[in-house]
Amino acid sequence: MCIRRRRTRLSHNSDTAVGHAHHFTDMDQQREASTLGMWTFLVTEIMFFGGLFVAYALYRSMYPDAFAEASLRLNLVLGAVNTGVLICSSLTMVLAVRDAQMGKVKGLVRYLIATIVLGSAFLVIKAFEYSHKIHEHLIPGSSFQFAGPFGQQAEMFFSLYFMMTGLHAIHMIIGIGVLSVLLYQAKRGRFRAEYYSPIDVAGLYWHFVDVVWIYLFPLLYLVSRH
Amino acid sequence: MSSFPLLPDSASTISDQIDALFFFLVAVSVFFSLVITIALAFSAARYRKGSKASRKGALSDYLPLELAWSIIPLIIALFIFGWSAKLYLDMHVAPANAMEVYVVGKQWMWKIQHPGGNREINELHIPVGRPVKLIMTSQDVIHSFYIPAFRVKQDVLPGKYTTQWFEATKPGEYHLFCAEYCGTSHSGMIGKVIAMEPADYEKWLSGTSSAGIAMASSGAELFERFGCKTCHRQDTGLRGPALDGLWGKQVKLADGKTIVADQEYIRESILNPGAKTVAGYQQLMPTYKNQLTNEQVNQLIEYVRSLSATQDNQGNNQ
Amino acid sequence: MSNTVHHSVVDRENDYIHAGYGLKSWLLTVDHKRIAILYLISITVFFFVGGFFAFLLRLELMTPAGDIVSAETYNKLFTMHGVVMIFFFLIPSIPAVLGNFLVPLMIGAKDLAFPKLNLMSWYVYNIGGIFALYALVNGGVDTGWTFYTPYSSTYSLSNVVPVVIGAFILGFSSILTALNFIVTIHKMRAPGLTWFKLPLFIWASYATSIITVLATPVIAITLCLLLFERLMGVGIFDPALGGDPILFQHLFWFYSHPAVYIMIIPSMGVISEVVTCFARKRIFGYKFMAYAIMAIAIFGFLVWGHHMFISGQSVYAGFVFSALSFMVAIPSAIKVFNWTATLYKGHIEFRTPILYAFGFIGLFTIGGLTGLFLASLATDVHLTDTYFVVAHFHYIMVGGAVMGYLGGIHFWWPKMTGRMYNEAWAKFSALILFVGFNLTFFPQFVLGYLGMPRRYYIYPDEFQVLNVLSTAGATILGLGYIIPMVYLLWSLRKEKTVGTNPWGATGLEWTTQSPPITHNFEKTPVVTGEPYVYQEEEDKVVA
Repeated sequence: MCIRRRRTRLSHNSDTAVGHAHHFTDMDQQREASTLGMWTFLVTEIMFFGGLFVAYALYRSMYPDAFAEASLRLNLVLGAVNTGVLICSSLTMVLAVRDAQMGKVKGLVRYLIATIVLGSAFLVIKAFEYSHKIHEHLIPGSSFQFAGPFGQQAEMFFSLYFMMTGLHAIHMIIGIGVLSVLLYQAKRGRFRAEYYSPIDVAGLYWHFVDVVWIYLFPLLYLVSRH
Repeated sequence: MSSFPLLPDSASTISDQIDALFFFLVAVSVFFSLVITIALAFSAARYRKGSKASRKGALSDYLPLELAWSIIPLIIALFIFGWSAKLYLDMHVAPANAMEVYVVGKQWMWKIQHPGGNREINELHIPVGRPVKLIMTSQDVIHSFYIPAFRVKQDVLPGKYTTQWFEATKPGEYHLFCAEYCGTSHSGMIGKVIAMEPADYEKWLSGTSSAGIAMASSGAELFERFGCKTCHRQDTGLRGPALDGLWGKQVKLADGKTIVADQEYIRESILNPGAKTVAGYQQLMPTYKNQLTNEQVNQLIEYVRSLSATQDNQGNNQ
Repeated sequence: MSNTVHHSVVDRENDYIHAGYGLKSWLLTVDHKRIAILYLISITVFFFVGGFFAFLLRLELMTPAGDIVSAETYNKLFTMHGVVMIFFFLIPSIPAVLGNFLVPLMIGAKDLAFPKLNLMSWYVYNIGGIFALYALVNGGVDTGWTFYTPYSSTYSLSNVVPVVIGAFILGFSSILTALNFIVTIHKMRAPGLTWFKLPLFIWASYATSIITVLATPVIAITLCLLLFERLMGVGIFDPALGGDPILFQHLFWFYSHPAVYIMIIPSMGVISEVVTCFARKRIFGYKFMAYAIMAIAIFGFLVWGHHMFISGQSVYAGFVFSALSFMVAIPSAIKVFNWTATLYKGHIEFRTPILYAFGFIGLFTIGGLTGLFLASLATDVHLTDTYFVVAHFHYIMVGGAVMGYLGGIHFWWPKMTGRMYNEAWAKFSALILFVGFNLTFFPQFVLGYLGMPRRYYIYPDEFQVLNVLSTAGATILGLGYIIPMVYLLWSLRKEKTVGTNPWGATGLEWTTQSPPITHNFEKTPVVTGEPYVYQEEEDKVVA
């Protein structure tokens, strides 16, 4: 047995702006790993929301009339505006990723700011909608009021509405937080054409959150509007 | 430690059939366990390290063998599936002449009412040689009505009816267990099923103190008391659908679907009238959810059924 | 001998255990091997907590009357036993300990793809554990580990909320580990290590990770809905509020059935490694073994309804779920037959790990075959919710998963610590476990067939003899779990005497020193050959 005296004292996480982390063999491997990691994470997200969609599907088929009537109480205009806002934010996100790829730091910063602003606008509009619902006693629980024969089933619709949109809003807030950190790092010049995978991966996440809304909007707002 | 049985009582028409399948499965299991054990022991003994046994022709791959032990278990599995599915179907479809008994589970007791009005708690008296169908619901959480000697078990759900049927073959007293965990005294939610010769059963029916007003009569009284008649009777205007001759018929609903008027439908119409409005009527009826107990709903159902008694001789005329 | 002493001097300075000293170097480590050790400590604590509950349960069941604890306490004991053993021991056991340690080593990588996430998963696990322990000291929970609604959402007066939050948080720890494995196995294999050269343990870890990633989020959202209903009084599952309790069961079992495969598939991976190593022969039917693992993982998602044959779901749903459940038997049978065939004409060396493997194969066979009784609709009606089910899943989870876990610990202990335990004691405890296990659980098959429902605190007199046998077995079984604790810890006091490859095994983890250095390999290995090339080597010796 040959004897080697060598102390390995490499920092375990020396990922700098240019170099790959020590445990990867090269930048490509690192980028592919983080992309696959995000896709895998998004699969878990789909399954997570999936449970709610199943519950929604079941109860809507059990109580179609009540769901149609309850859905009329949602504000279609605000919902539609929010859909537009989110689609725009996906566009700015794509542009941010493109500028990051090409190493245009200025453009990257600009589009990240735009995405954050649009995301925040979505949340503000959503907050308005929520506050209306509070005034109208449509928050499930002891204070819930819904005239007509469908009180209990309508309450279930609103339970699902708040859970689905609330969970979506939490995802938006996390997304905005992530983008803010990336914005800070982008300003400090962390990203360049050779290293932009955090932007890329955050973009995947942002689009996913966007797509969830694309499903939520018709399911919740357009039930009875043919 | 009075007795130490290794086989449960077998006292229903289905129980011997279940046992036949069970012991077939035991045989399959013993056979394969033995094959594996003998093969392991043989290899372990003969091919231990340093033994002189020849290893010539050792394989690490042999497709025909792999296919054999994929396909043979598959065939056995399909055979067992077919057998058990057939039995399961038989256990689900109650004979038309089954005598019906209502069961309500609640933490932690079984409340039972016979159509003739006899009520019991944690005991179920039945005649041998006659199919009995239980119509069961729960007041609170999920329970499960389990009679090991009959090999039958069915969850009892709140807000919904489930049914099961059996036909006892031997008079005797059998365990009745709650098999779905239901809270603190789950293991105290037990009782007895008492299978009797038909003559003894008749004697019991007329002899118990609870023998009294038939369920349908109690239901008729409730029908008056809760004002159901103001809408559901020919002579009072019929703002709601008529109930005479309704039982077992197809009902056309407002949304174009049809549904059979059975226990489940009538129960839902009383507790959640908006769910399935009959075509041609307005949805005017309020819910009776918090005003009626499960037993009262059952009595109303029996009353509605009695209004169609001429068409329907479902054997509840002991 | 001087060579060995010499060796240990070198190792001491140059392995992952000595890469840093002090608590901080452990609590902030991102080395997958150290994280594995952290997990080993955490789950061992939970294993003994859960085991203690089980022992109290068996003690109570010695007599038909309730005489040691109250009914309420009994219900809390079996609930906490289930929650702790399933969520905090069985699900993380092999992936989080052996998987964390071995996945990078076996594929020639320096670490998992996301080392920080890996550390985070350990913290998340412990935060979940704190919630569960909080509920425990605060009075416990009595819903059964299945949390069936509406009992859990409306009627139970116990600490449902903290336990559910604990289980919810724990799910994220499993997801993080699984995500890490998937990415690592896809992207970080050593040059030349193609999919069909991977050790079966890696296949098993991969399949398990896929299941975890797909199933765990569903239980997470289900538990959210349960909390929502319990806290806000909104009807999702409670029929009194317009909900459907069966929906909860569907969502719950959509996770919890695949979760059974999360527990057993990693053990199958371990057993494959052990059997081929000590038979000194290539694994029989490598590809079939890999496909069988994936088949079990896929079928596992399609059979959840077999937990609900008497729940009131439709007869036709019952047919479909039953038929698909029988399909799971096929890949399981393939695995058992292939392990057996691997031993045929091998050069079997009776070291400790293979004794566990023998135990696993025997007990898993019985567990699997009794699964047929429950997949079969008509017999399931009689047997479900009785002790037959309890016996069946303990044969799979304790006889299978735990035997596999212990077998794996014994197999890789020298790699993880550089020490060899006392083999005489180890073989003795394997025997004790096998005997104790069968005495505990075999009588429960009979009890179930006789009709004794599970979760019963008091029971009719005629069931007592079998219950006493079971309790006697549990005592022996408990002893069987304590002995390994002692001799494994004891082995740490000894000098490091094992070399790189004490069993003469194939696999990349055996090509680096024991314990390995922080970055696993001095030089990234290049793989050229097939896995498990034992035969050639042995044949050479014989020739």
